[in-house]
Amino acid sequence: MTTTEMVTAMRLSGAAAGSYRAHLDQLGPLPDVPAHRLIAMTSDAGLTGRGGAAFPTGRKLASVSEHGRAVVVANGAEGEPASSKDRALLGQAPHLVLDGLALAARAVGATSAYLYAPADLLDGKIRTALKERRDAVKVRTVASADTFISGQESAVVSAINGYEALPASQPPPVYQRGVGGRPTLVQNVETLAHLALLARYGVDWFRQVGSHEEPGTRLVTVSGAVRSPGVYEIPGGTALGDLIDHAGSGAEPLQALLIGGYHGGWVPWTDRTAALPHTRAALGRYDAAPGAGVVIALGAGHCGLRAGADIAAYLAGQSARQCGPCLNGLPAVAGHLNNLAAGRAGSKTVHELERIVGLVEGRGACNHPDGTARLVRSTMRTFAAEVDLHLAGRCSAGPLRPRGGRR
Amino acid sequence: MTNALWYFGRGAGVSALVLFTLVVVLGIVVRIGRPLPGLPRFTVAAVHRTTSLTALGFLVLHVGSLLFDPYAQLRLFDTVVPFAGNYKPLWQGLGTLALDLVLLLIASSLLRHRIGLRAWRWLHWSAYLCWPVALAHAVGNGTDGTSTWMLGVVGGCVVAVAGALAWRMNTVGAEPDLRQVAPPSYLAGLR
Amino acid sequence: MSTRISIDWTRCDGRGLCHELLPELLTADDWGYPLSRNGDPSPRVPAPLREHAEQAVLDCPRLALRLIDAPDAQEVPLTRVMGAPARHSRR
Repeated sequence: MTTTEMVTAMRLSGAAAGSYRAHLDQLGPLPDVPAHRLIAMTSDAGLTGRGGAAFPTGRKLASVSEHGRAVVVANGAEGEPASSKDRALLGQAPHLVLDGLALAARAVGATSAYLYAPADLLDGKIRTALKERRDAVKVRTVASADTFISGQESAVVSAINGYEALPASQPPPVYQRGVGGRPTLVQNVETLAHLALLARYGVDWFRQVGSHEEPGTRLVTVSGAVRSPGVYEIPGGTALGDLIDHAGSGAEPLQALLIGGYHGGWVPWTDRTAALPHTRAALGRYDAAPGAGVVIALGAGHCGLRAGADIAAYLAGQSARQCGPCLNGLPAVAGHLNNLAAGRAGSKTVHELERIVGLVEGRGACNHPDGTARLVRSTMRTFAAEVDLHLAGRCSAGPLRPRGGRR
Repeated sequence: MTNALWYFGRGAGVSALVLFTLVVVLGIVVRIGRPLPGLPRFTVAAVHRTTSLTALGFLVLHVGSLLFDPYAQLRLFDTVVPFAGNYKPLWQGLGTLALDLVLLLIASSLLRHRIGLRAWRWLHWSAYLCWPVALAHAVGNGTDGTSTWMLGVVGGCVVAVAGALAWRMNTVGAEPDLRQVAPPSYLAGLR
Repeated sequence: MSTRISIDWTRCDGRGLCHELLPELLTADDWGYPLSRNGDPSPRVPAPLREHAEQAVLDCPRLALRLIDAPDAQEVPLTRVMGAPARHSRR
């Protein structure tokens, strides 16, 4: 990516003014765009959700606006450990997010608005920012729990309704019955920030950067074996290699990238894959997608199976414990994968692992089991050579450790 | 005639007690979620329901016959309002309380799908109050309350329910070991 | 459109009445929870089994079952769209 491209890509990051005054001085007031126009612009711009699901935002706005008495929620929970973009955005550009929330409220005709985010952010920057504003719809804040699933749509609604932040069984979906039984729009804070700029500068401006299928910019959190881990703003469709270069390149030779976070997929690191654009289409064959912009670099010195097993163990512990297949299946899967990574497994373990992965998919109130299944399948597929090694009692990363070094 | 009513009333009462004990035991078995020999789970559930209605029938016979027996001094009022009776008000009152709870249990179960899971569960827990109250009424109120055979019957009922509860404690709630672990540090982002 | 049996997983406790009453559609998984025989998480209820399905819905001790009329091209609900293109083409 050229320097010019990098500079024009700094849209969200460029708009990070401190006070509300400074924010308005830089960007001007909230534009007076009517609801139907906002929805049309969002659709034309091709803005998609930045919370992981990448659902077309315009379509979501349209669905919620149909029902009346709507509620809008800015979701900044960010339960994914390897993601910090929402935290960065809320800390540095809260007014951008709150502008987006106000616009979303207008677009769907909402009379209530919430910001759902970690307590430490709400108590600091957000409280200050809210005091400075005079929004038509007053924003109420609700603290999110520090769990992996706390940002799941129905869990967000549940928390705002005063219950625990646990996913609820749908139907009905939250866009029909959510907070207080009302149609609810749950939107990631980054999506709202983009909306705030899109409404001011227009569809053509938005599409000037990025690719046709991934227009605009997006925030990515790059971590793992890179020299400068951090949150970066990149044009949509950036090549994976450029993304890694952004983050200072690999701190050691790289083996693979985990794209999409802990519910994502591994992409083996080669010259060919480094040229792949960061898009759904290109990453689809690895069962990965940009998602919430998480990119984790795995160094060549690590064992891919051990990495997958450690993530699976974490994910199993993060089950909401509401649904039998997840509560029982995820620890079983994690256990088998751990045995495989530790070199204690035979081909029976591999069969059992695959069988139970199949058992948990699609069976639960949320997609935690599905996402975990995806990660495990991707691990087995991407590191298939490693699986063979481990079945023979060896490992490419060194001597097999009995329990992966963690308790 | 009054003697006949008295014997009939007591007989129906004891029958109702034994049947309700069976209902409690079957209810616990339904909760455990395992089949019984020769009885799949849905049959256990069905027998639980049917037995409760049969037991209610005997209960109605028990109360009905005693309403017509002058010796019992039972007024219609006493069949719904507890502890206001003339004959052994405390012990008879416990019977009224048990009857009230039985009606509540059965009505709420017939309307289960209407009132929703939470309300139904909360109300159904009163079975654990209803049954010992009925037991106490049987021992304290009846003229053969403390006779050997009566105590034998009551003892059998207690053993049956205690056994079912012991089975429940042993089977339900065995959850898998689901420890929370931290995400792997080399893959945990910037945290 | 067809009638499907839908499971509320947050309520289901693996009590096991449903797969006894609807063995054509459901079996039990390793842990006693209902497992659809054809891989479809909300299996279609053919007309001859409708009565049995209704019985299962009525009998479930946890009120965890519902019969819903759902479109046939299985609509992937919003919460399940997580960047895995393969799931979109569910039968």
